[in-house]
Amino acid sequence: MNGIAVSTAINGDDIEFLCRPEETLLTVLRDRLGLMGAKEGCGTGDCGACSVRVDGRLVCSCLVLGAEVQGQVVETIEGMASGDSLHPLQEKFLEHAALQCGICTPGFLMAAKDLLERNPDPSEEEIRFGLAGNLCRCTGYDKIVRAVQDAAQVMRGDAA
Amino acid sequence: MNVTVKTPATVVHRPTAHDSAAKHVSGNADYVDDLKSPDGTLHAYLGLSQRAHAKVKRLDLSKVWQAPGVVAVLTSADVPGVNDISPVGKHDDPIFSDSEVQFFGQPMFAVVAHTRDQARRAAKLAEVDYEDLPAALSIDEAIAAGSELVTEPLTLKRGDVEAGMKGAPHVLSGEMVIGGQEHFYLEGHVAMAIPGEDEDVTVFSSTQHPSEVQHMVAHALGVKSASVTVNIRRMGGGFGGKETQANLFAAVAAIAAKHTGQAVKIRPDRDDDMTATGKRHDFKATYKVGFDDNGKIHAVDATFAANAGFSADLSGPVSDRALFHADNAYFFPAVHLNSLPLKTNTVSNTAFRGFGGPQGLIGGERMIEEIAYALGMDPLDVRKANFYGIGERNVTPYHQEVTDNIVARLVEDLEQSSDYRARRQTIIDFNARGGVIRKGIALTPVKFGISFTATWYNQAGALVHVYRDGSVHLNHGGTEMGQGLNIKVAQVVADEFGLTLDDVKITATNTDKVPNTSATAASSGSDLNAMAAADACRQIKSRLAEYVAEKYGEPASDVTFENGAVMLRNHHLDWQTIVSEAYMARIHLSAAGYYKTPGIHWDRNKGQGRPFYYFAYGASVSEVSIDTLTGEYQVDRVDILHDVGKSLNPAVDLGQVEGGFIQGMGWLTTEELKWNDKGMLTTHAPSTYKIPLASDVPRVFNVRLAEWSENVERTIRRSKAVGEPPLMLAVSVVEALSMAVASVANYKVCPRLNTPVTPERVLMAVTRLSAEGPSE
Ligand code: FES
Ligand code: FES
Repeated sequence: MNGIAVSTAINGDDIEFLCRPEETLLTVLRDRLGLMGAKEGCGTGDCGACSVRVDGRLVCSCLVLGAEVQGQVVETIEGMASGDSLHPLQEKFLEHAALQCGICTPGFLMAAKDLLERNPDPSEEEIRFGLAGNLCRCTGYDKIVRAVQDAAQVMRGDAA
Repeated sequence: MNVTVKTPATVVHRPTAHDSAAKHVSGNADYVDDLKSPDGTLHAYLGLSQRAHAKVKRLDLSKVWQAPGVVAVLTSADVPGVNDISPVGKHDDPIFSDSEVQFFGQPMFAVVAHTRDQARRAAKLAEVDYEDLPAALSIDEAIAAGSELVTEPLTLKRGDVEAGMKGAPHVLSGEMVIGGQEHFYLEGHVAMAIPGEDEDVTVFSSTQHPSEVQHMVAHALGVKSASVTVNIRRMGGGFGGKETQANLFAAVAAIAAKHTGQAVKIRPDRDDDMTATGKRHDFKATYKVGFDDNGKIHAVDATFAANAGFSADLSGPVSDRALFHADNAYFFPAVHLNSLPLKTNTVSNTAFRGFGGPQGLIGGERMIEEIAYALGMDPLDVRKANFYGIGERNVTPYHQEVTDNIVARLVEDLEQSSDYRARRQTIIDFNARGGVIRKGIALTPVKFGISFTATWYNQAGALVHVYRDGSVHLNHGGTEMGQGLNIKVAQVVADEFGLTLDDVKITATNTDKVPNTSATAASSGSDLNAMAAADACRQIKSRLAEYVAEKYGEPASDVTFENGAVMLRNHHLDWQTIVSEAYMARIHLSAAGYYKTPGIHWDRNKGQGRPFYYFAYGASVSEVSIDTLTGEYQVDRVDILHDVGKSLNPAVDLGQVEGGFIQGMGWLTTEELKWNDKGMLTTHAPSTYKIPLASDVPRVFNVRLAEWSENVERTIRRSKAVGEPPLMLAVSVVEALSMAVASVANYKVCPRLNTPVTPERVLMAVTRLSAEGPSE
């Protein structure tokens, strides 16, 4: 294949891949690198199911070209847990039953992680609007919001 | 209600996490699109009609063929079997259109290419000459054009309606337009077909109805069903949108796979998924109701016209279910209800959570609301005056007696816990100050009939194996779409054997394990499949019990299965040991379980029978604020009390109630489907079609399960179905908005809001009532 050679770091690993110029980061992650955690819900930046972070910025990977991540640091859901120990957000999503079909969950977790890194002590409104770029058709969101509030508290080290 | 789930719990009736939750949060749960596809997998894409109704004069696919990467282009001529996927045998649902297209977005052909991107680009290159034909794009246009019905209408009648109307002190009539709804399952349709030897093909399909996909694929390929295997581990949401609509994609993938000899995957883009697949039916309800000064209903005469779209699909049973729910929880002494499933030139509308029930129910509730405004009563008092009685006033329009009525108790409980009366008074006082912001509150109940009205669908099978190491393999005919069916069935199986959830392996739904299954639909998944699985467990247990009984010379009836052990008198035998001993003693450790719902029957021609095994109940109170200058509003607080009988899994059930309510709220408020005058759906992506967001949902959301409830029927552990009923709890949002609007005319005029009640509709209603209504 004639492609663009891209060097990047994904979840802490140095990765090199070839991709066509028009290929999105989402396609690269899923079809070239086998990282299936980011999902395509719309392909137009409206649902958040494909959320990942690039250089510490939350992006819709369906709107970023694969070639754009040259030299940048990519974080996906697959890198969220450290080894066997889940991230507090993952723990709290489990504990609060904040998922049903689960296909939106990777995107929500990435968006929530990003939110809490920027704002460790968000109000409920800040969480709701912070997650408004992510669609969930199953849960009605309440348990997701509670899970994020609870995780934020744990991550701040407040008495849980 | 907040629940904390612990994984794994050991028994039923406990809040237990979804079986795949750990995979979901790690991004490791495989949906069909995530499965590793075989080397050389090709990708198919559909070419869609650009006309609502037209003769196809010329379909030139040469540019499509010439596009880069294209391997095959398939039209109706390439369907080896029958070019039809009508789920009801009407032969009106072609896979690919032929000489005529019947809706904008109808599949005309499929392109198969090396990459999805190539196929997608090539699909745009077809050259088509159309000759337009007259198109009916809405219910009104269909009625005006005298359109045919896609299926025989249903009539329900009881009592003398004419006399009832004559004898009633008040009679009023009106109509209500009820919008449709896009499913917006977050995982769109997808299928992958892998050709096998001889005529075999295996299809991985995101479907709620693998057996139907199997039969449709066989039919389309012209092979026997035994040659086709359909597999689905999990869906990313279904909501009814994958009950029949998955057939198309599975059939195309299978045809393309057999045609090319390669594995073929098809996944439409979201816009095409929304354009080419059916939705919730929009309805127009026309009603006449006679009532007395106390708000008591004497007679009801109503017609529910449904936009079926271009083919029958499930529009018959959907419009039937609308009639079955027009009474909601109310006794109509004399009643006449008619359905009108109209053929139009839109996509063929289909199953969607509630299956017509919600449209019938909200039409019925509109009559209650009308009566309340006409008499100046609190709508809750009109409701109470009309609730089904216990042992009297308890016959439905379809002649089934309501014998498990808990609506009065449930409503009473919620009325108290939500402080409904005091809050309503506060709101009336607030509105009386005449500000720009107005508030409204409403309490509405739900009674929903559980069972497929197609009686033969009320059966299920399961397959349980116990392996020599004591581990249990569980398979059943239901499909997992996020509703937590698998965890519920696994809880029942673990409990039957006295094991933990860790001992029970949940496996993908597969047509070669359990045959002739019904759709996972009508909320019936756990009612049917958990019963079938329990039956399989009991067969294995009874064989083990006999073995143990014989070994110790004690009666088999004394054997119990608890805590990982088989117990008999003072013998405490480890499960694993007994299983491996039983194997050596040549005891059969596998069983196929089966269940059919007892006691139900339905005669559609007569409009009489007992279509439902039991009813599920619920009620909600919604409080809203509207801005009378802009029509914008927010839902401030919602209180829900819902009946799931004795819950198999309160964490899962609460999730269903909350999610169902919000999905219902979306349907009734922000989710507006728009077609242009060419019949093209213009709201075909989440950018223009607004499902609720985390920032849109009520800030105060008090959701409780009616813990005192227990199913009077012998359902699985006395639980009740939960999938669909909560959606209709959202009717209280509409009525609360209605009250806020009505305040501008001193509650003298029923605002008659059509749905979805968008801010525009609120603003128009405020304007209309301010102009017409009595001043404050
Ligand atoms: S798939 Fe990227 S935002 Fe929806
Ligand atoms: S859990 Fe299904 S979309 Fe969120």
